[in-house]
Amino acid sequence: MNWFYFSSPSTFYGLAGRLAPWFFILAAVLAAFGLYLGLGVAPTDAQQGAVYRVIFIHVPTAWMSMFLYFIMACYCGLTLVFNTRLSAMMARAIAPTGALFTFVALWTGAFWGRPTWGTYWVWDARLTSELVLLFLYFGYMALANAFEDPRRGDRAAALLALIGVVNLPIIYFSVQWWNTLHQGSSVSFKGTSMHVTMLTGMLVMSFAAWMYAIGATLMRVRSVILERERRAQWARNVEAA
Amino acid sequence: MNLYWSSWADFWAMGGHAYFVWMSYGALVVAIVVEILLLRVRRKRALAAIEEERDLEAEN
Repeated sequence: MNWFYFSSPSTFYGLAGRLAPWFFILAAVLAAFGLYLGLGVAPTDAQQGAVYRVIFIHVPTAWMSMFLYFIMACYCGLTLVFNTRLSAMMARAIAPTGALFTFVALWTGAFWGRPTWGTYWVWDARLTSELVLLFLYFGYMALANAFEDPRRGDRAAALLALIGVVNLPIIYFSVQWWNTLHQGSSVSFKGTSMHVTMLTGMLVMSFAAWMYAIGATLMRVRSVILERERRAQWARNVEAA
Repeated sequence: MNLYWSSWADFWAMGGHAYFVWMSYGALVVAIVVEILLLRVRRKRALAAIEEERDLEAEN
């Protein structure tokens, strides 16, 4: 098997188009089941009441916001080291979806925080570092599009993304390193303190978010490939379907 | 796997936290709808740019 076959944008274009619908279908099925568990079956939290149900979208979007940044940074590393074209296009395709999840994590956190902490926003370490993540995504996108030559934009933005990786452990460990208003992790590698239905619902929703992110990224990378390869012969023959 | 709520009204009320819960879930739904629309717009633009390229070449 030739592992480099799909690293050519023209072949990956077709592959992405065939795979994306399946990821969206998977995301929809998982989300339906996860919402049924989270909003329907799971019991209400004894201390917080029903507002805790924001957890079923807050935690998955927050996890994905960090995970997508990590994947984007990996593609950026490949771009800088090997100068591969598709990796830069993938990084560009991930960024908007990563920013979207970061925004939703911040937004849902605010609406969870108001009734439980008495405030929509506080400049505590977890919230502030997550806001920095949103600005890193914005900065990446702005820098990637700031150059006449897209390959220069790829490299400049990749460097920014790699420097921004230091923010990921800061977000993750912020609740341990500093005294934050944000609660500590309910789920860690050591185990969990959560009710089993709550935990299952949250994990199912996380997989749904993951599948959606892959689907959206694959759809976007197709457009990025077309934008970049519009003068290539193969792109001329793409069906406008 | 029994449902927690006794009625739909009960469900929508979210134990008095309806505003905060539905503002959160609503924002996610809006965000996904907007992203899917933007993905479609971007694809249309990319295809239009190829069409333009093709026309330019035909003229020359």
